[in-house]
Amino acid sequence: MKLAWLVVLLASLTLGPPTPGLAQQPARHVEEEQVHTIATQLRCVVCQNLSVADSPSEMANQMRAVIRERLAAGQSPGEVVEYFVDKYGEWILLEPRRRGFTALVWLIPPLAVLIGLGVVALLIVRWTRRRPAPATPVRLDPVMSERIRREMEAEP
Amino acid sequence: MRRSLRWLIPLSTLPVLVLLAYGFRSNPRDIPSPLIGREAPSFTLTAFTGEPISLSDHRGQVVVVNFWASWCYPACYEEAPVLEQGWQRWRERGVVVIGLDIQDTDDKAKKFIADFGLTFPNARDVTGKVSIDYGVFGVPETFFIDRGGRIRLRHVGAVTTDVFRTTVERLLTES
Amino acid sequence: MIPELGQGVLLVALGLALWGGAAASVGGRAGRPALIESAQHAALGVFTLVSLAFALLIYAFLAFDFSVRYVAMNTNLGTPFYYRITGVWGALEGSLVLWAWMLALYTLIVVLRQRERARELYPWALAVMFVVLAFFLLVMTVAAPPFARLSPVPANGRGLNPLLEDTGMITHPIALYLGFTGFTVPFAFAIAALVTSRVGDAWITLTRRWTITAWYFLSLGLLIGGWWSYHVLGWGGYWAWDPVENAAFMPWLTGTAFLHSVMIQERRRMLKLWNISLVILTFSLTMFGTFLTRSGVIASVHAFTQGTVGVFFLAFLALVVLASLILLAWRWYALQAQGQLDSVVSRESAFLLNNLLLVAAAFTVFFGTVFPLLSEALRGVKVSVGAPFFNQVNVPLFLGLVFLMGVGPLIAWRRASPENLRRNFLVPVALGIAGAAVFFLLGVRSAVAVLALALTLFVAATIALDVSRATRARLRGGERLLPAVGGLLTRHNRRYGGFVVHLGILLIVVGVTGSQAWSVQRESTLAVGETTELAGYRFRFDGLQANEESNHFKVVGRFSVSRNGSRPALMQPTKKFYPQETSPIAGVDYSVGFWEDLYLVLGDFTRDGRQATIKVQVNRLVTWIWIGGFVLTLGTALALLPERRRAA
Repeated sequence: MKLAWLVVLLASLTLGPPTPGLAQQPARHVEEEQVHTIATQLRCVVCQNLSVADSPSEMANQMRAVIRERLAAGQSPGEVVEYFVDKYGEWILLEPRRRGFTALVWLIPPLAVLIGLGVVALLIVRWTRRRPAPATPVRLDPVMSERIRREMEAEP
Repeated sequence: MRRSLRWLIPLSTLPVLVLLAYGFRSNPRDIPSPLIGREAPSFTLTAFTGEPISLSDHRGQVVVVNFWASWCYPACYEEAPVLEQGWQRWRERGVVVIGLDIQDTDDKAKKFIADFGLTFPNARDVTGKVSIDYGVFGVPETFFIDRGGRIRLRHVGAVTTDVFRTTVERLLTES
Repeated sequence: MIPELGQGVLLVALGLALWGGAAASVGGRAGRPALIESAQHAALGVFTLVSLAFALLIYAFLAFDFSVRYVAMNTNLGTPFYYRITGVWGALEGSLVLWAWMLALYTLIVVLRQRERARELYPWALAVMFVVLAFFLLVMTVAAPPFARLSPVPANGRGLNPLLEDTGMITHPIALYLGFTGFTVPFAFAIAALVTSRVGDAWITLTRRWTITAWYFLSLGLLIGGWWSYHVLGWGGYWAWDPVENAAFMPWLTGTAFLHSVMIQERRRMLKLWNISLVILTFSLTMFGTFLTRSGVIASVHAFTQGTVGVFFLAFLALVVLASLILLAWRWYALQAQGQLDSVVSRESAFLLNNLLLVAAAFTVFFGTVFPLLSEALRGVKVSVGAPFFNQVNVPLFLGLVFLMGVGPLIAWRRASPENLRRNFLVPVALGIAGAAVFFLLGVRSAVAVLALALTLFVAATIALDVSRATRARLRGGERLLPAVGGLLTRHNRRYGGFVVHLGILLIVVGVTGSQAWSVQRESTLAVGETTELAGYRFRFDGLQANEESNHFKVVGRFSVSRNGSRPALMQPTKKFYPQETSPIAGVDYSVGFWEDLYLVLGDFTRDGRQATIKVQVNRLVTWIWIGGFVLTLGTALALLPERRRAA
């Protein structure tokens, strides 16, 4: 059956040994935490919108091994990230840089919030000023008060 | 507020709509390589036949580096004969084709090579390091390297006879 | 024959929808009841026809009619029965059928419920619903016909995307689409209000339940989507800030803002312009979402295959946005309401701030989502904007919102006296501060986590304070405890329904905070018999096993998991190989707990089965998110109860 054949083919394909990078003993002690932190900043190239840290794919696996190896060789986390940007372009950064053009994506939303706050503050101040003046006691003219007095006396 | 200013509200959405329309022109899966025009990353690997393959051995030649995998159907299956023919036809003129098998198993890869009768040097990039060095997203991807050792073109997807011929001829005519 | 029938039915439905739209608007304009009557019949007709088309499509799936292209692409002879039904809306064409069917259903309900009530607004609202419906039917007849034939007829189909073979996929699109389409109703009434210049409160009162219902289904859709992502995608998370997730989240944010700001209009007759704008924005964002998902403009996991459909959706989005805003500008002066506040310190101010933060969050998400396009258009460089960005920018906004969630419901309308503030907030604020100190002493060092938990405590305290105070007042009136609480909830169901929804949100906040701050993971390569440890758990690798299923091949990893020497339990993460997919699909094994979930993903393995890589995660407090969703459901149900105003 063709389906069965395909299944067996596909199944056998991925049954390779686990990525060697994983098993290798690094030259310098590398905290897995640090590898993970760097991996969360990089976009997995074979997936959509997953980080290298989250992706279960083999490519992401190999990338984590490269991160580990470069850290073990004494590179700083910044240098490791730079290496990947050098190869894949800015696209690989899940967190856009805070300089150059991409600084806009960091600046504009907070700016919008500030402007919004300003507008709301302005409106609140304007609307509170607009409240109707408290009713001032009405002065009655003598004729009117005389009339009220008479009518009240007329009541039984 | 001035009377006419309110009509700016609908107008202000136009740039956003235009931006979205621009999106049709771009393919989110097609990401340009920053390596074009730069020196090709060097590598030394062991070929399936056992001898070492090194990019630096081919300085002064036009080199075609092809990343493939046996599970990459149909694209890799389409381009394998194209690469073999290209290698046969241009090798006398100093063109080298190097196949690099990634994310694969030894026996499947060997079977692939045997099935297509590939004679150009082929090696397995077991750790994936070379593929990451070349900024490879997936298979197949093919890099054309000029005599000066610079990457001149990255082709994503199956290489066609046309692409192979025109690129190689262009790189050969350059001194 | 059946495919042609289906396509024909859709075509007739399109004609009817166009007629309905024309009849309703002309009838509304000229005041001719006969035309409106005819439009109502059209609504019934469209619903019947779309239902029929839907049924025919399901039939084609059940009967394996591979002569229909859509069926051949999304099912094969091995697809299990249930997934043949859910596969109907698993891809572009079928999802549009489901969408149109829901919209037709909503239109019919609008006819049944509103025809006697808003005589002026109703015909126009009906016309708007018909226009939206006609658009979807047009797409289904021109750009993405679900019944298109395939020739030659293949012997077997390609099969459903394996990631969709999950119960979450039955419910997630249904809930999400009910939410998306549900916002069409408030939008339709808002447009009707603009057209007729009756921009008072009538449209808001009429659509209150609709808005809550749509909001609820959208919330549910997002939560089920999170659950699906968590237990199917195998990366250990529930929210990735993927463009399509963002597209569903934005209308949720603006819809939430709308739910709150209408209260100010009901109470104070202010913010007419703002409320109409919010509804237009929310509906436009749902259209933006469908555009994003179906155009392939922005890469995403959830994206359907692209085609000409994207152009249709963009054109319709442009029509919706421009037409609504032109109407808005046209009625600009009718919408001007005298804004008036008595004091800066008042519930009105709290609600204004709440709206600002919600809309700001929606803007942030929108800007981040389209920024890659902007970068490419302006400087030709592709960039990514991912989870780290969205988390950093949105967290402060969300924390502010949680704070306001405590302030808003208790602070007095108009003017909060110092007495009011002291009475309502002294204890909760003290509790919040004390909580922050305790969390810090317990070793919580992440500032965001401490702040989020302290704010949660503060809000929970305000809710508890209010409920206990109101209950005590009733107890003094001689009622017993249970009837007192019950009476409170049902008699002021809007207020207390809101509180329960807030509690649900708080649970979600705790779940998100906890899972971000305290989840741990480890990846190890083990030979058979070897063990690895994480957070007190021991995992022993017992070997691999291969099974053949009806439509795929499965490799099962066997792991004994024990904790502190307890009896080991067997956990079996898998890797599934589908013939139609190039890469295997991870089958997560997980055990869900109140405090923590165990989560196992099988990685690479050797061919002989002697060695395998396993990723183990202990995810903390994730369950609280799902419980929060349940509480949210209860709260919404309570808020939707018919108001009971008994004479006290």
